[in-house]
Amino acid sequence: MNEQIQEVLALTNRWVKRLSREKFSMLFTLAQPMIFWLIFFGNLFQRAADIQVLQAPNYMSFLAAGVVVMTVLNNGLAGGIDLLFDKENGFLERLMSTPIRRSSVILSRFLFVMAITGMQILVILAVAFLFGVIPETGMLGITVILLIGMLFGVGLTAISMAMAFTVKSHGDFFSVLGFLSLPMIFLSSALVPLAAMPGWMQALAFFNPMTWVIDAVRPLIISGWSQALPQVGMALVVLVAFDALCLYGGAKAFKRSVG
Amino acid sequence: MSTPAAIEVSNLGKVYDTVDAVKNLSLSVQHGEIFGLLGPNGAGKSTTLRILITTLNPTSGTATILGHDVVKEADTVRRLIGYVAQERAIDRFLTGREHLLLFAELYHLPKQEALSRIDSLLKLVNLADDADRVAKGYSGGMKRKLDIACGLLPHPKILFLDEPTLGLDVQSRLNIWEHIRQLKQQGITIVITTNYLDEADQLCDRIAIIDRGEVRAIGSPKDLKASLGGDGIWLTLSDATPEALNHLTTALQGLPFVRAIRPRENGLDIRVDGPEKALPAIMETTNTIAGCRLDGIEYHRPRLDDVFVAHTGRSLKDEPPAPVAD
Repeated sequence: MNEQIQEVLALTNRWVKRLSREKFSMLFTLAQPMIFWLIFFGNLFQRAADIQVLQAPNYMSFLAAGVVVMTVLNNGLAGGIDLLFDKENGFLERLMSTPIRRSSVILSRFLFVMAITGMQILVILAVAFLFGVIPETGMLGITVILLIGMLFGVGLTAISMAMAFTVKSHGDFFSVLGFLSLPMIFLSSALVPLAAMPGWMQALAFFNPMTWVIDAVRPLIISGWSQALPQVGMALVVLVAFDALCLYGGAKAFKRSVG
Repeated sequence: MSTPAAIEVSNLGKVYDTVDAVKNLSLSVQHGEIFGLLGPNGAGKSTTLRILITTLNPTSGTATILGHDVVKEADTVRRLIGYVAQERAIDRFLTGREHLLLFAELYHLPKQEALSRIDSLLKLVNLADDADRVAKGYSGGMKRKLDIACGLLPHPKILFLDEPTLGLDVQSRLNIWEHIRQLKQQGITIVITTNYLDEADQLCDRIAIIDRGEVRAIGSPKDLKASLGGDGIWLTLSDATPEALNHLTTALQGLPFVRAIRPRENGLDIRVDGPEKALPAIMETTNTIAGCRLDGIEYHRPRLDDVFVAHTGRSLKDEPPAPVAD
C-alpha cells in the first residue's frame, strides 16, 4: 500500500512538473477559456436575459454554475491527453515495463486532473465574485461545489482515458473531443434553464448528467441550502451511477490496452 | 539439472486482428550474451520484444525470463529486467536527473542508494554535466544515453534495448556500442532489436533473423555467414550458349576447392574454399572452354546481408523505410 502511494505521488509529481515547465500552458490552463464564457457571455446577456425565466437575480449569477461545470467538463474530457501522448511516444510502455501497480498511472492522472479542476473552479468563482456573484451557501457551499465538480470530473476523466487507450491516432481523439463538448454544453442547463428550451432539446438535456450537476451547483450559488439540498442529493445519485459506468468502461479499455 | 537459459521462447504467437505479427517463434538466449533480433520494420521483432518486457500478452506460446513466465509472473519478470525504449520515449519537460529520480521511486529504491546510484549512472553514460537540463535540449545521442541509464537503474539481470542506435550519427553509434559491450562485461545479458546489418554483425554474439513474424535463422554472425557455403566468386560471361555453360559447369565441378555452383544472370555463382587457389584456376578453366568469353570476375566474402537474402529472399538494405513502426 505504501509502495502504491509512493508510485502515485511520483507519477503525479511528474504531471505537476510538466505543467510547471510549460509556463504558457499553465497560464492558459488556469485561466481557462471558460472564463471568457463567464466574462463575455455573462455580460452580453446580462440585460437581454429574462430573470423571470432564469429564476435568478441576474444572468451572471445564473451562468456561474454553468461555467463551473463547463470547466469540469473540458478538464475531464481533456484529462486523458497526456496519457495519449505517453502511449504514442512509448513512455507509457516504459512505465509498464517497471514493476509498478498498473493502476498507479491511472490514479496519478485522476489526482492531478482533480487538483487542477478544483483550482479552476475556485478561479471561476473568484471571477464571478468580481462581477458581484456571492455564493448564497458560503464557504461550505463552495466546498460542496468542489466535491460535486470533482465527482463529475472523475467520470469524465475516465471517459477521456478510455478514449486515449482506445483510439488509433490522436487525430481521432481530438475529433471526438471536439464533437462531444459543445452538444454536451448546449444540451444542458448551462446557458438557459431547461424550462426555456424547445421540447426536444429539453428531453435530451434531461438525460445529460451535466444538467443534473449544474442544477445542484446553481442553487448553491443563487438560492441557499433549503433549495440546494434536494438537488445536491439527486446529483449525487446521478453521479454515482455515471461514475460507476465510466469507471467500468475505462477499466475495460485500460485492461485491453495494457493488459 | 542444467540452469535455465536467460530467455526461453517457445512457439510464441501474436495475432493483431487477423494479422499474424509473430508466428510460432522459438529461440533461447544464453546468459551473458548480446543477442540481436534482426529484421526489417514490421518483421515482428518489436512485438517479440514487447512480449518479453511484459507490456504485451502473446496470443499463443510461452516465454520465460530466468525461468519466470512473462504472463503469469509478469511482476517478477519486471523486477529482473531493464528496458531501454526508443529515444522518443523521453519526457521533454523533465531533466535527465528527474527521469532517473522518477524511476528510482517507481522501483522503490532506498533514497540514499538511489541518489548515489543516479550519480554514478550519470557519470557512466557521460551525462553528469547535462543532468539538470530539461531533456528537450538533448541531442539524439544524449537521449539514448539517458535511456540506457534509466534501463540500468534497477540493476537488471537482462537489459532490453529497442533499436538502440536508430537515427544516430556514427560517433554516437560507436559510443553506444561501447557502452553495451561494457555492460556485457559486467555480466548483463543483453537483447537488442535492430534493422542495421552492421550493428548485428559487429555488436551481437548471436542473432535471430526475423521476417514476417518468423525466425528464419539463428546463430553467430560468423556461423551464419559460413553456412552460406564459402566465399562467392561471380563470373560474368558474354554470349555463352547454354551448351558452353554446361561444359564450364562440369569442368569447374571437377576442381577440388569448388563447393557449389549456381547459375546467375549472364554467368555463374561459384562457392569456394579459399580464394587464393580458386581464382586463377577458375579463370584458367573458363578460358579453355570454347564459347565462354570471360567478361568479369568478382570475389566476395559473404556478408550478413547475403545471409539475410538467403533466408528471406530479399535484401534488408533494399527495404524502403517503412512509415509505420513495427
